[in-house]
Amino acid sequence: MIELSNVSKTFTLHNQGSAVIEVISDVSFAVAPGECVALTGASGAGKSTLMRMIYGNYLTQAGAIRIGDVDLVQAEPREVIALRREVLGYVSQFLRVVPRVPTLDVVAEPLRALGVSAEASQARARALLTQLNIPVRLWSLSPTTFSGGEQQRVNIARGFSHTYPAMLLDEPTASLDATNREIVLSLIEEAKGRGAAIIGIFHDEAARDRVCDREIDVSRFTPKAAA
Amino acid sequence: MTPLLSVQGVTKRYGAHIGCADVSFELYPGEVMGIVGESGSGKSTLLNCMAGHLTPDAGQVVFDTRADGPRDTVTMSEPERRMLSRTDWAFVHQHARDGLRMGVSAGGNVGERLMAVGERHYGDIRSKATDWLERVEIDAGRVDDRPTTFSGGMQQRLQIARNLVTGPRLVFMDEPTGGLDVSVQARLLDLLRGLVRDMGLSAIIVTHDLAVVRLLADRLMVMKSGRVVEAGLTDQVLDDPQHAYSQLLVSSVLQV
Repeated sequence: MIELSNVSKTFTLHNQGSAVIEVISDVSFAVAPGECVALTGASGAGKSTLMRMIYGNYLTQAGAIRIGDVDLVQAEPREVIALRREVLGYVSQFLRVVPRVPTLDVVAEPLRALGVSAEASQARARALLTQLNIPVRLWSLSPTTFSGGEQQRVNIARGFSHTYPAMLLDEPTASLDATNREIVLSLIEEAKGRGAAIIGIFHDEAARDRVCDREIDVSRFTPKAAA
Repeated sequence: MTPLLSVQGVTKRYGAHIGCADVSFELYPGEVMGIVGESGSGKSTLLNCMAGHLTPDAGQVVFDTRADGPRDTVTMSEPERRMLSRTDWAFVHQHARDGLRMGVSAGGNVGERLMAVGERHYGDIRSKATDWLERVEIDAGRVDDRPTTFSGGMQQRLQIARNLVTGPRLVFMDEPTGGLDVSVQARLLDLLRGLVRDMGLSAIIVTHDLAVVRLLADRLMVMKSGRVVEAGLTDQVLDDPQHAYSQLLVSSVLQV
């Protein structure tokens, strides 16, 4: 479902003496439907960079990143937009929303963008928010004022509202208590069960061992000169 | 799929000075594109060339018309272009006063555009105008008040209602949130996003506010000295800018 072949990335800092930093070189791996793969490596090894390259908000200099039948490296912006709407879900560490929009609408939005009716999208959003223990009295408020853990759960609810065939999870359990962590892990297992291909970054080792089938150590792709 | 708007090699000079030079891109139905750059970079010149307010010195602006398919709007006759700007296009000015008739009631401002496309039934016009005021969150009771009695944010929303009432397919926006305070800005952004999604609009938004483009635009073009220096997905250009100028622009934003 997700397939990387010979992927490399460099950053060129034009305003800092045109320094060229090689961050990742020659990455190849594939993730099958129903499989969850963890990216591991020390802080700064390039886990998040690699994940952003797969999502397409970091530009890839060489190689191919194939998700379904689209090569993200060559794709036009509108193809990437369609891919993100329909196929590729992403749960980032931070929630970025238009201020003033109620939590319920934030969670329902990915489905609304797919053309699902307002009622059906909100019904799904309610179910997820209930499952993730977000109190009903908060649903009509904007999540911008919520606590870190609440924001993260809203973010997860939003990321799981549509049943994406491919998902990227950046530390989905980082600031959660034991009960909610358990719920998120079961959501991930459920997604695997329906055949989603998942790539995740988990600092929580127990969580990683439970949901991930394989680990990929990103530091082996980091060029030696830069290490 | 046919692009809704296809811009090829658009150039506009002011004497020896370059307004914008050799700009080309395609915009597909439902896409929202942002154009950013410092003042004087040519963003507004480009927008005005596309919307037919300025005649480019070179290049084509091909719009996919409902009746005849793709047509170059630069070479079409003035009445045809004017008809497009009343039906399929909308233009939201930075200053609402430039896009509204200040001496006419709010309902009249919205109704005027309907009459321009041939509506004549007073009751229909009034009920559509009232409906649109409510959609942009202006109390229906204010329908007979003049925009001079409205706040800046309300005037901007009225301008949007006036523009969208005829169901355009392409909206040009010149700094739509400029000059509004942040709480009003947030409300307007939320409104615009909903309208774009529900009406399937395409839009081109000129702004210098990177936070606005991140929330509204799918794609982004960065302009400097009249030329496009970088273009791509909005979050790619903002998170991983490639050109020296885009890097400077992104790194110059103050963190709140």
